[in-house]
Amino acid sequence: MAMTISEKILARASGKERAEAGEYVVGKIDLAMIHDLTGPLTLNVLKEVGYDKPWDPEKIAIIIDHQVPANTEVTAALHRQLRSYARKYGLKNYHDVGRQGVCHQILAESYVKPGMLVVGADSHTCSLGALGAFSTGIGSTEMAAVFLNGELWFRIPETINFVLKGSLKKGMSAKDIILSIIGRVGVDGALYCAAEFTGEGVERVSIDGRLTMCNMAIEMGGKTGIVNPDRKTEEYTGTKNAHLPRSDPGANYFKTVEVDLGEIEPVVALPHSVDNVKPVSEAGNIEADQVFIGACTNGRLEDLAAAAGILKGSKVHPGTRLIVIPASPKIYLEAEERGYIRTFIEAGGVVCNPNCGPCLGGHMGILTAGETCVSTSNRNFIGRMGSGSSKVYLVSPETAAATAIEGKLADPRKYVKEAGN
Amino acid sequence: MIKGKVWLFGDNVDTDVILPGKYLVLTDPNELAKHALEGLMPDFSKRVAEGDIIVAGKNFGCGSSREHAPLALKYAGVGAVVAKSFSRIFFRNAINVGLPAVISGARDVLQEGEVISIDLEGGKITRGGSGSTIAIEGYPPFLLDILKDGGLLQNLKRRVSESGLK
Repeated sequence: MAMTISEKILARASGKERAEAGEYVVGKIDLAMIHDLTGPLTLNVLKEVGYDKPWDPEKIAIIIDHQVPANTEVTAALHRQLRSYARKYGLKNYHDVGRQGVCHQILAESYVKPGMLVVGADSHTCSLGALGAFSTGIGSTEMAAVFLNGELWFRIPETINFVLKGSLKKGMSAKDIILSIIGRVGVDGALYCAAEFTGEGVERVSIDGRLTMCNMAIEMGGKTGIVNPDRKTEEYTGTKNAHLPRSDPGANYFKTVEVDLGEIEPVVALPHSVDNVKPVSEAGNIEADQVFIGACTNGRLEDLAAAAGILKGSKVHPGTRLIVIPASPKIYLEAEERGYIRTFIEAGGVVCNPNCGPCLGGHMGILTAGETCVSTSNRNFIGRMGSGSSKVYLVSPETAAATAIEGKLADPRKYVKEAGN
Repeated sequence: MIKGKVWLFGDNVDTDVILPGKYLVLTDPNELAKHALEGLMPDFSKRVAEGDIIVAGKNFGCGSSREHAPLALKYAGVGAVVAKSFSRIFFRNAINVGLPAVISGARDVLQEGEVISIDLEGGKITRGGSGSTIAIEGYPPFLLDILKDGGLLQNLKRRVSESGLK
C-alpha cells in the first residue's frame, strides 16, 4: 500500500508495517522539546505526579528562548526551574543564556533528522517537518506524559498535497509562498492535516525557506508541515546515504492544491487574521511604527541576507524603529562575519540577542495603544504584540526591509536587483 | 452532566484573545482565570458563572499550544466549550486539563444566555427551555476516560502508581 511520508513515520514510530489516515496509534517519541513558557507547566505537572525522571535524557531538549535574558523576577524564577531540572538529570541538550536561540532553529541545527517523530510544547514545532521529520506541537500536560514514558497517542492525519510549480520572481521568498497559500485555503484550511509541500518548486526552495513554510502550517490549522527529504535535506542534516522516508507514488492525499510560484507577488497578512492576505501593492498606505525581522518564521541567515541586501547603504525611516533578531548564535555569528549586522546597525536598526523577540508581546519591542508593526513573524491576532489596539502586519523579510526604509508598507521589488531564491 | 448558561462567540477564537501572551509567565490557574478571554471581552472572568458554556463557531482555540488558555477558561468557571470545530492542539489541551471540548454545530441554533445541559456519554445537548436536543460528536473511549478522571494529570498519577515507578 502506498503511504505518505507522515503515515510512514508514524507507522515506524508505532511499530507497525503500515498506517493509514484516521487510525489512532501510540508512537514512540524521538525528540521532545520544552521552553521557558510551556516547560514550567510540564514540570509542575510532573511534581504533582510525584515522579519526574525523564524516560530518556538524550531525547529531551530544553531551550530558553521566549524571554531571555530574564526580564523580570517572575521570568527568572521560571528559568531557574528549568535549569534546576536540567542539572538534576544531567540533560545535555539544555540551552541557557549563551547557547540559547529560537527553539525550532536550535532543534533544526542540532537535533532533528529526517524520519524522526518530534513533539514540542510549542505550536510552531511543525517547522521541523522541513527536514523530513513528523513534528508537531503539544500541550504541557501531554508533554509531562511524554517525559515519563516517551510515548504519545496520535490520530494519523490526512495529508494535503501542496504542489509547487515554477519559480519565484525576484523580490519574493518562501514567506510570500506560505502567506499566499494560507490566504487561499484559510486559517482552518488544513485543520488536523499534514501539509505536505511537493513538486519541482519546493525542490528549489532552500532549507531556510522550507522551515519558513512549514513553520506556518499551524496558521492554517495543520498538524505539521512536511517536505520529503532530498539532497538539500541530506546536506543540512548530515544524513547522506541513509534510507530516508519519502511519500510513495500513488499515496493517498485528502486534497491537492497547486501553486504556481511564478504568479506569487509580495503579500501581506493584514490584522487580525493570518488568512487576511493581500498583495502589498494593493494594501494601501500603512505607516509602520516598528519593523521586526526575526522569529521562528524568518530569523535565519537567508532572511537576514535578503534584508541586509535591501538595507545596505540606506537608512531606516526616522518615524520607524527597526528590530532585527537572528534566530540562533550560529546565525548571529555568520551574519556578523558576512557584514549583515553592521548593515543593520549602520542603517539605524537595533540587533538583539537570539530570542523570540516582539513576536508574542512578552519581552521586548512591545507595542503600545494604536501602534503598528510590520513583522516577519507568524501571527497578527488581536493584541499579539502588546496593546489590544495595536496592529501587526505579516510580511517577508524583503518587504520588511523595504518598509523600514520607507516608513510605510513597501513593495521590495524595486530594491532587488539579483534573481530571487 | 454539565449544565450552564450559553455564551456565544464567533469563528477562529484564537489563543491570544483567550489568554494574551503577556500572562504566560503566570502558572497559578486562578491568576490565569482572571484574564480569560480578555482579548475579546475584558470583563468575561467577572461575568461568567460556574458551569457556563462557551458556544462558538469553527476553529476554536487556533494559534498557540499554550495550555494556559484552556486552564484560564476552566478556572474562570467555564464548564465546557462547544464549537463547530477546534484547533487540534487546543482540543487535546482542553481534554488534558479536564475541560470538555465538544464538537457540535449548536452555534447555529442556540441563543445567548439560554441554559443548556451536555451529556457527553449520551452524545447530546438538551435545551433548558424547550427540552429539544442537539447532537454532539462522541469521544473515543480513552478520551472520555481522561475527562472522567478530571484530566490527564489524574490519569498520569494513576498510571504512575500502577506501574510502580515510585
